[in-house]
Amino acid sequence: MALLVIEDLAKTYDKVTALAGINLSVEAGEFVTLLGPSGSGKTTLLMSLAGFTTPSKGTIRLDGKNITHVDPEDRNFGFVFQGYALFPHLTVANNIAFSLRVRKWEKAKIAARVTEMLSLVGLDNLAERKPRELSGGQQQRVAIARALAFGPRILLLDEPLSALDRMLRETMQKELKRLHRETGVTFVYVTHDQEEAIAMSDRIAVFNHGRIVEVGPPRDLYKKPSTRFVAGFLGENNFLSGHRADDDETMVEAFGTRFGFAPLRGHRERPGDTLTVWVRPEDIRIGQATGDEIGFRATVVENSFVGAVERILLKTVDGEEMVATLRSEAAVAAAPGQVVDCRIHPSAIGVLPGEASGS
Amino acid sequence: MRNFKTTALLLTVPASLVAIGLYAAPILQVLALSLTEPKLGLANYQSLFANAAVGRVVMTTLKVSVMTTVLTVLASYIVAFAIIHMSAGWRRISLFLVLMPFWISVLVRAFSWITILRRRGVLNSTLMDLGIISTPLDLVYNLFGVTIGMVHYMMPFAILLLYANLSDIDRRIMQAARSLGARPATIFWRIWLPLSLPGIALATLFVFVFSLGFLVTPALLGAGKTLMIAEYISVQISSTSRWDLATSLSTMLLLVVGIIVFAAMRSPALRAAFVARPQQ
Repeated sequence: MALLVIEDLAKTYDKVTALAGINLSVEAGEFVTLLGPSGSGKTTLLMSLAGFTTPSKGTIRLDGKNITHVDPEDRNFGFVFQGYALFPHLTVANNIAFSLRVRKWEKAKIAARVTEMLSLVGLDNLAERKPRELSGGQQQRVAIARALAFGPRILLLDEPLSALDRMLRETMQKELKRLHRETGVTFVYVTHDQEEAIAMSDRIAVFNHGRIVEVGPPRDLYKKPSTRFVAGFLGENNFLSGHRADDDETMVEAFGTRFGFAPLRGHRERPGDTLTVWVRPEDIRIGQATGDEIGFRATVVENSFVGAVERILLKTVDGEEMVATLRSEAAVAAAPGQVVDCRIHPSAIGVLPGEASGS
Repeated sequence: MRNFKTTALLLTVPASLVAIGLYAAPILQVLALSLTEPKLGLANYQSLFANAAVGRVVMTTLKVSVMTTVLTVLASYIVAFAIIHMSAGWRRISLFLVLMPFWISVLVRAFSWITILRRRGVLNSTLMDLGIISTPLDLVYNLFGVTIGMVHYMMPFAILLLYANLSDIDRRIMQAARSLGARPATIFWRIWLPLSLPGIALATLFVFVFSLGFLVTPALLGAGKTLMIAEYISVQISSTSRWDLATSLSTMLLLVVGIIVFAAMRSPALRAAFVARPQQ
């Protein structure tokens, strides 16, 4: 059985629905990310898990026991706050020892545990510093060490990296992955940054308008999203309009051509119905199509160098714009104004029901 | 930038002149009088220490000021702590109520306390009618009455100072403490109280210094029986014309207050109150 089971959880504030019908299970040792735009309900769910927010409806079970209305201090969950919320008047060591003193551990045991936690997060020399004497990254490590010190069943993290600069954020992502691996603690992580979610999570639950839109491993959500929202929110994507071929249930027409496609699960499009076709920028290549590949012609609108790749803005003959990312040498031929041959492997194309422009 | 700075400095000149003319100059005159009246020297100060009446007045002043400070800060902390935990609407109403005494003159407030506390006052007659006491209690024209009046006067100031300090404290810190297993009492003693020490120190200093030189309330509620320094000085000037005593005592009071403020400002808690907290 899963460690944490959330059933039909809902939260409404004065008729505003923050969460609606959330169902989610978290296995022991998993790294689950709640991902979504601001106001999508992910933080409300995290606060409900911590016990700081009382849900209007539904249950939260830990090891099968209903903990929906248990006080935060009795849940034994670690919590890493946005902005860290360290105790400003206590040293690093006393911040980390706080939960152990509350639990009335013996002095020697507390000292040993604090030393262990300090070395776990690599702050061995800073035990006697006050939080204000530390950099943002160091404060972050203290916050994590403090939340892990008492051996929580679950560590809840609320956008812990949002205040750090980009370089530090990447370092801390690796650190968090390492801590997750080494401690074996279950992580529930909230972020609005999809790159962060993809890089760290075992599974991602994508939130929108107070609901979970899709749950799955990052790879599955990226490669096979089943909603327009997830296809657009996770990674960069091009959406084009297509339609089911008039004469065939398994053929789709887009890019000025037609290609075979498996029937959409759970949807009953009839021939002629409008569809959304998506293709990731990195899956578009320049050159003549060979074999199964879909070939089409497009005009180069703009070509910008962004480091490892070049971003090419293309306009298809239907007038739809799309972005392709190409390695620099492949992009040489793509000067603005030129008409180029493009090719895509059909396996890289996704088809979703409905209009391309809508969500 | 330089021009702007010069202009800004020039703009402070009129206010500075007024402050020097109306504040610094009279003080210097008081100082001068204390050293020259009736003849040049420190004789006035020497006689201050030998004067038993002055000694009694100083003791009374200290006693009232310490009691007022302790009671005011304690009561105000409770009120301020309650206010920051209220919803936004109730907080507005409560702060409005805290500020209301400022509408009423300090004289009126002192007389109101007399009506309530005197032997045939509202409180005593109610208690007697209810049969709780048989003879009226001495609630005013003594230390008790003076202290009540002064606590009442000081509380809005202390509440506002403490409220500003307490509402500055990041509430997520308390959530963090809860997530770490701390119960309300632990959170109060280990987190709230240490974090509010700067506010407590500031309120204590403010109320104590203010109490030392308080005139109107002790004069009315003490009625000459509980005599504090300010009233004593006022009597020396207006009734007995002892300028030597009045000016030297005034100078001593100013000096003592200056030393207290200077010493207090060196304490870590008060320094923290004046240094802007770094934003997270």
